[in-house]
Amino acid sequence: MIDLYESQRAMRNMRKAAMQRGVIAILDVGTSKIACLVLRFDGPEHFRENDGVGSLAGQSAFRVIGAATTRSRGVRFGEIDAMQETERAVRTAVQAAQKMANVRVDHVIACFSGAQPRSYGLAGAIDLHDTVVSEQDVARVLASCDVPDIGHDREVLHAQPVNFALDHRSGMSDPRGQIGNQLACDMHLLTIDSNVVQNLLYCIKRCDMELAGLASSAYVSGIASLVEDEQELGAACIDMGGGATGVSIFIKKHMIYADSVRLGGDHVTHDISKGLQVPLTVAERIKTFYGGVVATGMDDREMIEIGGDTGDWEHDRRTVSRSELIGIMRPRVEEILEEVRARLDSAGFEHLPSQQIVLTGGASQIPGLDGLAPKILGNQVRIGRPLRVQGLPQAATGAAFASCVGLSLFAAHPQDEWWDFEMPMDRYPARSLKRAVKWFKDNW
Amino acid sequence: MQKVENARVSRRDPAPSRWAFRIERLWLTPVFRQLVRVGLPAFSVVFFAGWFFSNPVNREAIVAQIADIRRSVAERPEFMVKLMAVDGASAALAEDIRLAAALDLPKSSFDLDLDQMKTQIEEMQAVARADLRIRPGGILQVQVTERVSAIIWREGETLALLDKTGKRVAVLGTRTDRSDLPLIVGEGADGVVPQALRIMAAAAPIEDRLRGLVRMGERRWDLVLDRDQRILLPEKSPVDALEQIIAQDHAQDLFSRDLVAIDMRNAVRPTLRMAPPAVEELRRIKALELGDLFQ
Repeated sequence: MIDLYESQRAMRNMRKAAMQRGVIAILDVGTSKIACLVLRFDGPEHFRENDGVGSLAGQSAFRVIGAATTRSRGVRFGEIDAMQETERAVRTAVQAAQKMANVRVDHVIACFSGAQPRSYGLAGAIDLHDTVVSEQDVARVLASCDVPDIGHDREVLHAQPVNFALDHRSGMSDPRGQIGNQLACDMHLLTIDSNVVQNLLYCIKRCDMELAGLASSAYVSGIASLVEDEQELGAACIDMGGGATGVSIFIKKHMIYADSVRLGGDHVTHDISKGLQVPLTVAERIKTFYGGVVATGMDDREMIEIGGDTGDWEHDRRTVSRSELIGIMRPRVEEILEEVRARLDSAGFEHLPSQQIVLTGGASQIPGLDGLAPKILGNQVRIGRPLRVQGLPQAATGAAFASCVGLSLFAAHPQDEWWDFEMPMDRYPARSLKRAVKWFKDNW
Repeated sequence: MQKVENARVSRRDPAPSRWAFRIERLWLTPVFRQLVRVGLPAFSVVFFAGWFFSNPVNREAIVAQIADIRRSVAERPEFMVKLMAVDGASAALAEDIRLAAALDLPKSSFDLDLDQMKTQIEEMQAVARADLRIRPGGILQVQVTERVSAIIWREGETLALLDKTGKRVAVLGTRTDRSDLPLIVGEGADGVVPQALRIMAAAAPIEDRLRGLVRMGERRWDLVLDRDQRILLPEKSPVDALEQIIAQDHAQDLFSRDLVAIDMRNAVRPTLRMAPPAVEELRRIKALELGDLFQ
């Protein structure tokens, strides 16, 4: 049993070590596919001295040297269901990516869409000892956030301070060195089901790799698919995956809400399979080739051979019109989008200044979705594709790889989480050597 | 009857096994990869070579093999020397050269040490210079330049022929064998043969009376004429002194007189030594001229 919360700091150090070594793997454990990218950090950006986001949003720091995708096994709703199977699928993807990169990868950053993420908004406020905000004050204000009861078997995945307020001034990204009396902060806490994450950690451990970071797929898809002004002004990213649809809301370049709908493209496939009485593989094929959500008159005449291998001639020569197929698909897609709408409503998305919604993920490629989605989600809907990153194979540039690309960007420029800040002094054990060193540092 | 195929064909699992995955990762480790790809072959090559050559039987076999290959090339007919041709030497010298070379023909040109043979032939007294080459057709061509004997040197009882530089050419049986050559005598005479030859050339007008040159005390020459007459030549510029005395002979018919020696060692003051009877005669004549006065 690995304590995720305790190991977050260690994972951050691991990530730094991997960056130093220059090679890191990205693993997206999805319901329909498991994708692995191998990144090499050797771009000019990597050796730049000044910090902050550099050119091309920091993408030029790395390039993709290995990419592999394999059919996912043993994963349902973005959660590991059959661990042995998933482990084998992870091994397949990692080995293929390693082979393409021709380099051994020891550190991996993973993301997954399931595990029932829950968002909490935390607020904390302190009175400053001094008038100038110091690192310790930031630590104290973060520590002063009252943690809600996240429930049994829940783990904190992300805990990002999204806003600092000094007296009456709000919306600061970095209050250090500023003068005021009262420092307040808002923090976004994302919790997930601990059992699910334990399974994933175990799988990666079984593959002899060190976990250097963990992220929610809804979050990283948002990083990849939302353009900079959308992230700044406020937007929601809907990552329509195979087994789960992730929802993340961004404003001021911070994620303020994330959720997951346990519905996805696989349910559409299942519907087709059941409705047309065809195997799942055939249903998937029909969906990708002929699928759609808006029927036209032309679609009545377009007949699709759905086949079969029973030996019964009548059964094996069945055809179905495309409008019938659309008739099966559309209710399920509508259901997904309505579920997403419900989540957005409960998050208070309508109060955001910008109502931009970006659809991404594999299921967002259904033709006609750009006509259907505005009816449910509102007018400002677009279908998003992930950013272009250097070295990414053409086959991995589609919307289905949004979370992979997002995870690469996340690896290059991670958001500061709670555990990346200093620990407040009174949290150290009373007789700690660290505390003594800290006292000397602060007073001399 | 149609055979019913089993519909559930078990497809191969594309996933690598845990050990295959680990081995693949190990193989992608740079250090391990270098070790296997460079270290191991290099080590095994060195080890097996060392092991192989540590056995003397193997070493000898390889040496023998190399020698065998070399011989098979060397003994091709293109490289065989079948004949030795000696040019520019007299028959006797040619025979001597053949004996000295002591070649066991036919022999491969790879086995011939021409430099060594050249030194060996040039060590022979009668040979001034030898050029050896292997002509196409398997002929060893020896081009010899013989020494030309210019002078006879008597050293004690033996007579030697010397060339114009003083190098010994051959041993002579009797003086009469080469009566055309001038004779020099005396220790160290062979070292100054060129000077002797110049003196001889200067002495051409009195050639018919010339007997030879005697080296005195390894520093100067005595020109010996018949009737045991000697011309004592100086150490420096003996030719000038000789020419001077020959000129005097022309004028005064000096040599036909009864002189034992003409001492030219001091060219400014030539001195005559007369034979005892001539001295007596001279005294008598002087007495006759001056007799009354001395009586």
